[in-house]
Amino acid sequence: MITASVVLLAVTSAPIMAGVVAKKRRTHIGPIIGSHLIGLPCALFVMAVVVFLSLRYGSLQVSWLTAWEAIFDYDSSDQKQIVVRELRVPRMFLGLAAGSSLAVAGALVQGVTRNPLAGPGILGINQGAAFAVVTAIFVADIVTPAGYVWFAFIGATVAAVLVYTVAHFGSGGPTPIKLVLSGVIVMALLGSWTSALLLLDLETFDEARFWLAGSISGRGTEELRFLFPFVIVALIVGVLMGKQVNVLNLGEDMAASMGQRTNQVRILAGLIVIVLSGSAVAIAGPIAFIGLAVPHMVRSLVGPDYRWILLYCVILGPCLLLGSDIVGRLIVRPTELQVGIVTAAVGAPFLIYLVRFTKISEI
Amino acid sequence: MSFIVPSAMTSLYVFFGLITSTFLLVGARRLDGKEIVFRHGIVSSLLQQRIVILSAGAAIGILVLGFIGLIVGDYPIPAWKAIATAFWDRNNEYDFVINSLRFPRITVAVLAGICFATSGAIFQSLINNPLVSPDIIGVNNGAAVCAVILLATGGTVAYLPLAAFIGAVLASAIVYVLSWKRGVSGSRLVLVGIGFNALLGSVITFIQVRYPIERVMAAARWQAGSLFGSSWEDARTLAIGLAILLPAAFTLVNRLRLLQFGDETSVALGLSVERDRFALLTVGASLAAIAVAVIGPLGFVALLVPQIARTVVSTLTAGSLLFTGLLGGVFLLASDIIAQRLFAPVTLPAGIVTAAIGAPYFLLILVRYNRET
Repeated sequence: MITASVVLLAVTSAPIMAGVVAKKRRTHIGPIIGSHLIGLPCALFVMAVVVFLSLRYGSLQVSWLTAWEAIFDYDSSDQKQIVVRELRVPRMFLGLAAGSSLAVAGALVQGVTRNPLAGPGILGINQGAAFAVVTAIFVADIVTPAGYVWFAFIGATVAAVLVYTVAHFGSGGPTPIKLVLSGVIVMALLGSWTSALLLLDLETFDEARFWLAGSISGRGTEELRFLFPFVIVALIVGVLMGKQVNVLNLGEDMAASMGQRTNQVRILAGLIVIVLSGSAVAIAGPIAFIGLAVPHMVRSLVGPDYRWILLYCVILGPCLLLGSDIVGRLIVRPTELQVGIVTAAVGAPFLIYLVRFTKISEI
Repeated sequence: MSFIVPSAMTSLYVFFGLITSTFLLVGARRLDGKEIVFRHGIVSSLLQQRIVILSAGAAIGILVLGFIGLIVGDYPIPAWKAIATAFWDRNNEYDFVINSLRFPRITVAVLAGICFATSGAIFQSLINNPLVSPDIIGVNNGAAVCAVILLATGGTVAYLPLAAFIGAVLASAIVYVLSWKRGVSGSRLVLVGIGFNALLGSVITFIQVRYPIERVMAAARWQAGSLFGSSWEDARTLAIGLAILLPAAFTLVNRLRLLQFGDETSVALGLSVERDRFALLTVGASLAAIAVAVIGPLGFVALLVPQIARTVVSTLTAGSLLFTGLLGGVFLLASDIIAQRLFAPVTLPAGIVTAAIGAPYFLLILVRYNRET
């Protein structure tokens, strides 16, 4: 466990080290990663290491060799290899998809609303999914994580569409302030209905509290296989929107005078966010921290340019999610902690460190 | 005089009352903006006719709702008797229900509403972000962590308010200190707040997942924010807090208005920015901390009531702060009456109802507001 923690720590600080090397002298002004020629491979390296760590560590210890063979030289008679191949590999992919989706969705929402407190949660995604899942447990007694997937996805989508529709009322389309406000309202509404259901019925609460904590274990792969292509397409489109988001960030008037159709950009971004975070919440449950904090972390690493922010979010989002998942598997062996609990514990000190010791680029 | 309002109907009346008042509020935007400058020695204030009328309206709303709250309930009491018992004639069989159950509860609802709304207004103006509430500095989550730990480990319920208050104060102090780096900028406070709140949130989730469901349920009930069992003790705590903090907030409101121009301008205008910001944060966080300690984390009032107030009164003066506070009182009192009566005899935590009825109410305002601008 100690070795794993040390490796994780070393790995997560690698992008900063790379920045230090690249810039020779670390100034507190400007992004830490000076050169993307060094920064990007470093980030990818970190992701690769975290991926392998997530295959190796867990309640059952396997060697590096077994983890390697389970993927590239599979022997179905070896029990350890079966654990890796059948349980950890799918889980790793879920973590990758959820982490990237949440981080990119968060960056897009922050760019579109120009509000540092906004995350995918502000579109009512998490609350919508939670409400749908809790209702499913309350009404239909559905108790398997695989059964929650569709309810979560549909709940998230409906909530987000509702938020956008409300924000669309009146002149000017979904302006940042209207989006944020209607998001707050819908969130509060769904949140209060959810807690009413939870407080009414002890059994529902007992079932739902584990899903509500956020976890990537025991998810059905069948339903998720259907979501994956959408996630990948949405990720690609999302990353390519960097330039548009940059222009939008100059302000409504400036963007319009540069010839951008601001409403269309906002609606397209909204669609991508819905697909990404809807899928993420279906996979992993409501994990608020990644969508909210990873974009800020990345912003302090690479500066205010959304073309790079979005790209690094794809790579570093899963690092935090998978890294937290590994920690969650190791610290209370043989049981494990839900990844949603660990994410904030691992990520928050890091976020506060970055906020304090670097010059944050404001939104 | 045996006039008793049927139970579920009451909440409908109150709800329709709120809806009507929405339209009155939006109508009030057209009121004449006559201004009178009031000066007496070092005390000076800008009295806007509109704010005076609106505040009076909110105060009347509190009175009317207060009477409704005294009259209706599971235990039938004639309307006239109820009011008489509350104010002058205590020697009858209704004394306990009125003076130990209903009256303190109404008072606590109004005072806590004022605390939350004023605190929310201060925070939103200070950080210039509509998504901000006292929550951002860790007040709610700090209180919740301590309270949830106390409840989950089976501690004495009597210590609950104290534990919640200590948690709230500690959390906000930590967020403030962590954000300090040659001064506290709004954006740094927000980001550190996000991180620290997430950390506290994960502690709460951890307890929720790991402890027996009955205890977790009790904690969740407290977290929803309920006025059940409010006593005169609670009302006194809130009243003392308000007596100290509200005048402080009114004195600081002029500096708050200057701070909104940004740090450079404020410095140029002769403000000592960090000291004033610290004072405002302290006042705002203390207001919220007292209310959270007494009735639990009821985040919605602090978040949305200042927004509603701002759609009508956009200038930031002591008057508008008072109006926001009174509106918070109306809002929480109305929510609590509905929470008690809607599914009577089953009662809901007020926190759930504030969001459930507050959201459509605010939606109306938002839609109307958008159409007009």
